[in-house]
Amino acid sequence: MHEHVDSIKTYTLVFFSLLALTAATTAVAYTDLGPFNIVMALFIAVLKMLLVALFFMHLRHSTILTKVVVGGGMLWLAILLVFSLADFVTRGWLPVPGK
Amino acid sequence: MDSYIETPELREQFETPTQQKETSTLGMWIFLVTEIMFFGGLFLAYTIYRKEFATVFGLASSTLDAAIGAANTAVLICSSFTMVLAVRAAQIGSRKALIVFLILTILLGGIFLGVKAYEWNQKFEEHHVPGPAFYLEGVPPGGQGPAQLFFSLYFTMTGLHALHMLIGEGLMLFLLWHAYARKYTPSYYTPVDIGGLYWHFVDIVWIFLFPLLYLIARHQH
Repeated sequence: MHEHVDSIKTYTLVFFSLLALTAATTAVAYTDLGPFNIVMALFIAVLKMLLVALFFMHLRHSTILTKVVVGGGMLWLAILLVFSLADFVTRGWLPVPGK
Repeated sequence: MDSYIETPELREQFETPTQQKETSTLGMWIFLVTEIMFFGGLFLAYTIYRKEFATVFGLASSTLDAAIGAANTAVLICSSFTMVLAVRAAQIGSRKALIVFLILTILLGGIFLGVKAYEWNQKFEEHHVPGPAFYLEGVPPGGQGPAQLFFSLYFTMTGLHALHMLIGEGLMLFLLWHAYARKYTPSYYTPVDIGGLYWHFVDIVWIFLFPLLYLIARHQH
């Protein structure tokens, strides 16, 4: 069996990037960016998630099947969030007769 | 019929060790996808109520200690780093490094849980636990209900995360015991790999929990 062994250097780089991004997300939260505070918070969180998943969880060396399953999982999560929020966010956009 | 001796290296139903390993990895990812959906429902509830009660959620969030939260995030990232080094040690067959990194991972996980317990205790002392004694200072009239909603979500989400951490600690102890008993070799270390996937997943959940719970409206309060 031939497993891909990543170097300690790669892991260390990812590790320090994760720590730097944690500091960044905290610092950004104290700066007033209006509606972009939440955008930045989620952007950094997604970036950290990708670093952990691709490097620490070896997703970049995984089989196509595993990648498809993970992608499918994210798709279902997107359906859960987007479709539900499509309801809650748009409530009140149109007047309801008698209300 | 050929006599077949089943070993952890290759079970009967698999053609090759590689196929067996890939099957285990896939199975673990499928489990993790169900976990994503499980936490996803909570993140959805959080998003809807945060949108509905933006001001109160901001106020309630700012009563959490952001410095402690950030430090604990760093602790968890350190534990993921030691975990990935444990998996690497197993890959290259270094039993000693595997044991050391597993112990470090367990210790860092313990620190995280200890800090979490301290934070929870603080919330109890401040009467920020939903219930009859709940009171949050400075919220507009009618805001105590939504504030309790925030703390209900806070306790549920961090509580479920802590439960996952506890299970993770148990898994790490199991791996440590088997590593000590020389059960893992470079040709068979699947449990270490799978345990690592679980540990990193729990880390990812926290990566989202930290900014969403602690940092909602820091620039305002």
